[in-house]
Amino acid sequence: MASSQVLSFTRTAIGQKALVAVTGIILYGFAFFHALGNLQVFLGREAFNQYAEMLQSMPKLVWATRLVLLVALITHVVLVVRLARRAREAKPAHYRFEERMDPSEGILRRYARQTMLLSGLIILAYIVFHLMHLTVGAVPGLFFVRGMAYENLIYGMRTPWVAGFYLFANLLLGLHLYHGCRALFQTLGLRHPQWDRRSFAMALSITAVIVGTNVIIPIAGLTRLVGGELPEDPQEVLRTGEEKHTVSE
Amino acid sequence: MGETIDLKLHVWRQSGPNAPGRFEDYTHYAKAIPTHASFLEFLDIVNERLILAGIEPIAFDHDCREGICGMCGVVINGRPHGPRKATTTCQLHMRHFRNGEEIWVEPWRAKAFPIVKDLIVDRSAFDRIIQAGGYITARVGSAPDANAILIPKQVAEEAMDAAACIGCGACVAACPNGSASLFVAAKLGHFNSLPQGKPELDRRVLGMVTQHEKEGFGGCSNHYLCEAACPKEISVKWIAKMNRDFIRASLRYAPPVERKEGYG
Repeated sequence: MASSQVLSFTRTAIGQKALVAVTGIILYGFAFFHALGNLQVFLGREAFNQYAEMLQSMPKLVWATRLVLLVALITHVVLVVRLARRAREAKPAHYRFEERMDPSEGILRRYARQTMLLSGLIILAYIVFHLMHLTVGAVPGLFFVRGMAYENLIYGMRTPWVAGFYLFANLLLGLHLYHGCRALFQTLGLRHPQWDRRSFAMALSITAVIVGTNVIIPIAGLTRLVGGELPEDPQEVLRTGEEKHTVSE
Repeated sequence: MGETIDLKLHVWRQSGPNAPGRFEDYTHYAKAIPTHASFLEFLDIVNERLILAGIEPIAFDHDCREGICGMCGVVINGRPHGPRKATTTCQLHMRHFRNGEEIWVEPWRAKAFPIVKDLIVDRSAFDRIIQAGGYITARVGSAPDANAILIPKQVAEEAMDAAACIGCGACVAACPNGSASLFVAAKLGHFNSLPQGKPELDRRVLGMVTQHEKEGFGGCSNHYLCEAACPKEISVKWIAKMNRDFIRASLRYAPPVERKEGYG
């Protein structure tokens, strides 16, 4: 036990995994509150745009949150890539039959754990797209006017491929969180037989809220269940918006 | 002699650590195998026939043949120690295979377990992990009184569950990351659960985890295939305990300061 040669925490797989778990919790927490906030789309245009305005009125908080999330996301991704590369090196050859192990394991759990990297990669692409679409407004061909969060969202979801991508990415997010939220208890050593069921149930219900919300919104938008009152042509909204603007002045 | 079966046998042959390996078809030598034979006895029978045919016999590791030494272990149809739960290769009997069944036999595959020959891998990485902390620094000699240190029944039982690890390496073989987390966690859990092991807990977990990394094993990503493959059914809960102990030790451990003689 030559203690002087002990690897520093962040150079061991356990330490790196712990950081992946902690940053995962941060992103997970954000996803939860983000989803809860977005549920206000069902309260109508006024309420949703007011909520968006309220957030924008606190630029310091917004930018602090963005910074924390960005650091968390980068740490999460960089460490995972490192761990994956290490794992690949540690397993240079494969068996003729891969993994016919535990028949008692459900297909969902199995699929979720086997595709963590893939789902993570697609979610990353989705995050970039989502920011370009509804934060920056830089997706060509998609309606975006700053300050009209509700309209931006609704018209985006009326485009079938956009709604489809949101749906697909969020189902993958569900799988990713399904594995992740169970695994983090193990990774951080927070498991105990007496608590397992409760902690897993809690994590899974939060995941269900996140995924449920994120899946319902694109479907509701696409089928006009929400935002049906908006005219088909986004230009009309702009015109009426201008009129209102002039009236109020 | 009882019932016999014919098998379609494919075995990984590799003449040395750096030689290219490949599957050889030994179906011809795998006929009329008694169902009462263990898997190792099956390989013995095949080897006798290979020798008679002038072919070099298959090299495979084995020792006690009663499931407690951890020496045997091959991957049979993609599963370490074969299809039976909680069974080492030596305790696996041919009656669990169907007549005419195809069997593919391979060595453990992991960078930290280099192949020595055919089905034999070098598992000395495990020995070095044990040397890095898998012991208790104590005076050896006569056994202490059994009741000198009181250990609650449940703690003793759980420590015994962890101590059941025979170090066969099936966890590494099963892991898609080539991680030995279950082995290290079982050894740590065994010592760290007991009062005799607790004084050196931090040093032990830091030392053994460090050695695990240096040997080139991968990290755990919670697939739990190790638990499914383990012939001693070691629980992955020990990995959670290892993670907890490692995180705690990283936060608080300071190496002991050298003390001068005479200052007690």
